Amino acid sequence: MFDRLSDGFNNAFRKLSGRGKISESNVRDAMEDVRTALLEADVHYEIVNDFTDSVVEDALGRDVTKSLKPGEEMIGVVNDQLVKLIGGDQPAQPGVPKVTPGPTVVMMCGLQGSGKTTTCGKLAAYLKRQGRSVMLAAADLQRPAAVDQLQTVTEQVKGFPGDGTVTCYAEPHKVAEYGKAVGVAVGVCQRAMGEALKQGVDVLILDTAGRLHINDDLMGELEAVKKAVPPHQTLLVVDAMTGQDAVNSAKAFHDRLGVSGVILTKFDSDTRGGAALTVRKVTGAPILFIGVGEKLDKLEEFHPERIASRILGMGDVVSLVEKAQQEVSEEEAEVMAEKMAKGELSMDDFLKQLRSLRRMGPMKQLMGMLPGVGQMLKNVEVDEKQLDRLEGMVNSMTPAERDDVKVINPSRRRRVASGAGVKPEDVSGLVKQFNMVSQMTKQFSGMGMKGKLDAAKKMQAGGMPGIEGMPQLPGMGGKGTTKTQSPKSRYKKRKR
Amino acid sequence: MKLFKSAIAKVKKGLAKTRDTFVGGLRSILIGRRLDDELINELEARLIQSDVGVKTTLRLIEGVKKAYRSGTMTTGDEVLEYLKDELKALWPAQDRELRFATSGPTVILVAGVNGVGKTTSVAKIASALRDQNKTVLLAACDTFRAGAVRQLEIWSERLGVQVVKGQEGGDPAAVAFDACEAAITRNVDVLLIDTAGRLHNEASLMRQLTKIRDVTTRKIEGAPHEVLLVLDATTGQNAVNQAKSFTEATDVTGIFLAKLDGTAKGGVVVAIHDEVGVPVKFVGIGERPEDVEPFDPVAFVEAMFEDEAPAARG
Ligand SMILES: Nc1nc2c(ncn2[C@@H]2O[C@H](COP(=O)(O)OP(=O)(O)OP(=O)(O)O)[C@@H](O)[C@H]2O)c(=O)[nH]1
Ligand SMILES: Nc1nc2c(ncn2[C@@H]2O[C@H](COP(=O)(O)OP(=O)(O)OP(=O)(O)O)[C@@H](O)[C@H]2O)c(=O)[nH]1
Ligand SMILES: [Mg+2]
Ligand SMILES: [Mg+2]
Repeated sequence: MFDRLSDGFNNAFRKLSGRGKISESNVRDAMEDVRTALLEADVHYEIVNDFTDSVVEDALGRDVTKSLKPGEEMIGVVNDQLVKLIGGDQPAQPGVPKVTPGPTVVMMCGLQGSGKTTTCGKLAAYLKRQGRSVMLAAADLQRPAAVDQLQTVTEQVKGFPGDGTVTCYAEPHKVAEYGKAVGVAVGVCQRAMGEALKQGVDVLILDTAGRLHINDDLMGELEAVKKAVPPHQTLLVVDAMTGQDAVNSAKAFHDRLGVSGVILTKFDSDTRGGAALTVRKVTGAPILFIGVGEKLDKLEEFHPERIASRILGMGDVVSLVEKAQQEVSEEEAEVMAEKMAKGELSMDDFLKQLRSLRRMGPMKQLMGMLPGVGQMLKNVEVDEKQLDRLEGMVNSMTPAERDDVKVINPSRRRRVASGAGVKPEDVSGLVKQFNMVSQMTKQFSGMGMKGKLDAAKKMQAGGMPGIEGMPQLPGMGGKGTTKTQSPKSRYKKRKR
Repeated sequence: MKLFKSAIAKVKKGLAKTRDTFVGGLRSILIGRRLDDELINELEARLIQSDVGVKTTLRLIEGVKKAYRSGTMTTGDEVLEYLKDELKALWPAQDRELRFATSGPTVILVAGVNGVGKTTSVAKIASALRDQNKTVLLAACDTFRAGAVRQLEIWSERLGVQVVKGQEGGDPAAVAFDACEAAITRNVDVLLIDTAGRLHNEASLMRQLTKIRDVTTRKIEGAPHEVLLVLDATTGQNAVNQAKSFTEATDVTGIFLAKLDGTAKGGVVVAIHDEVGVPVKFVGIGERPEDVEPFDPVAFVEAMFEDEAPAARG
């Protein structure tokens, strides 16, 4: 999501490095690239200007121009400033605080369609896991079926793990057409509060209707809710794909309601996510969670360092490792490592790894998390269809062929090709590629950590032969002509 | 555009406030100003803040700079006229018309990422078509999101148009299939297909959308006659990726730019034109069915430069 932003920094620092000494104007030049990258990432225009100014000032203050490694020192400066900007004073305790007497009241607010109702459900599922009892209040009385949506979400939350409980408070008969129910939410929230007290729930979450920050009546309604049922947390739900306008909406919501925390949704998109910086800067409120999918378990605590390192092109390795751990067990990983060390990788292993990899998320997104390699491959179009084709080919191989690709002679090659709906050259390409990869992994496995890093650096410096075209397997140019096999199980990740 | 005349008349009455800032009676930062470097900088700032994007902003500014240096452009008024002409040329009127089938039902497929306003936009188009005395059938192909079917059903009840729905959690392509059959047997003029929100970088969901499209093509000749991509005007540069991926998956024929009633300018559609070439057909300016207008490039440019610092609004 921040990959383009990373590009900008990388370019900028490549310019700086290797120059020994740099001048003030070098620093300013480098920041010009950073500026473009931030703008392309949707950080607000003025915030970008402020940011680059303060980085330059800080850098010159530390006198990076006298430093022996100005590039590295500049990265340090940018990193510090960036972490300060998006991280700042994160609360010591993430999540929803406990208060006595309860319940902790959380009010969701934000523009239309930003993801409030879904996030209410995610937060409830998160709290359920912590063993807390939650009530969701349906305070959106104007969007058609908003109440049904929250009720359905509540039912879904019940199916998620955890000792907590969840209920929904709603007054469906109060629903009215747009503009005809302004103010009704206040009473609904008050009565929900009464019910929450009676039931003794730990947390009451108010799902309010989406509204424009310039709609005076509807903004007034939220002020009234705030007065009537004082929330402990007022959370602004923001779409991570938001552009420059984030500055206006965040400011207006903050001015009128005093935002205490931010949730960024739809971070599973390939957005560069500059709105994170904007909203953070405008409200001063911490980013508490990010939404990374439509399902109710797709809520993650926000880690500013991860995002910052990602911006700097160091990659979000932490997230990647976590994802990998979800997909591959430790024993599996060990077995695989051993095989790799011996150069005994089979097509079956290859397929297994490819599948786990794909379950971790779209390839492009994964690459964005990787330092170095992700950078090198950034311009390569990762075609998921080709990955389908790869799977198709391996699926068409017999166990013996998968075990040892050397047995694949021309007639077997034709059979595999026709089974997968590809050309025989495609199969040759795959085999060649596979041999290369297993050779490489064998070499890699022999090295210690330092050796691996050095090798990786060498590849990066010299440009790794062959890898440029990696996803573009030889002979796999023909699009649309191939028929891919798609085992039903492959996308069971999300049945729709 | 003829199709939406009645809708526009209503909008004009009902949305005086919105139109005030949106089109009518605007004071522009460009009007009455002498063209100089400072104004060019302001122009750049304004274009960027409208989400036009760095590359496209530089392209637009380049023309102004050239004309400024050669002395052919000397005032802000001329800049505004220049930009209006530029954008009008990008989207000629004929590109902004809705396409109809020459015979049989017209199929309009509506798609986009999550929460942009697809379902509401379907209701808006249905309402306008109904006002043109066309018979409309809605297809509730979002079988995934909580309450989605019910949402469309409520719109169908309010608008008095028919709806075909499947089971929640069912196969959306199957619903599309049923809807096409119904459109034929009931002999409706227009079939409007609402689909689930999906991120453009989710390959499997994009394939599902292609499948829905293909089902309509197989059932009805020439279908879908329109594939409308709904974009949220508040979205930044990511909308370019959205346009690219959706076009790849379904050959998008037009953009429905929703939520233009806020302070966002939706300038990313200019970048989308540069990179994908898809025209904008409609804009959404509110949550009610009548809150829709045909896209007007001139009004669009004017709104970008209206004399009110965006950050000071609200
Ligand atoms: N991919 C993805 N989709 C999300 C995420 N959060 C919400 N959505 C989707 O975004 C769309 C809008 O979500 P809602 O929860 O209905 O948004 P809302 O803010 O309540 O909308 P209004 O009440 O109309 O203002 C739905 O399709 C959700 O499934 C997320 O983190 N990732
Ligand atoms: N202000 C404004 N709000 C809009 C507009 N169009 C839609 N909305 C609101 O945006 C929210 C989301 O609209 P939907 O039509 O449900 O969006 P969707 O794309 O179908 O959402 P999913 O199906 O969940 O992906 C609702 O609260 C709508 O009322 C518009 O033009 N202006
Ligand atoms: Mg909602
Ligand atoms: Mg919808």
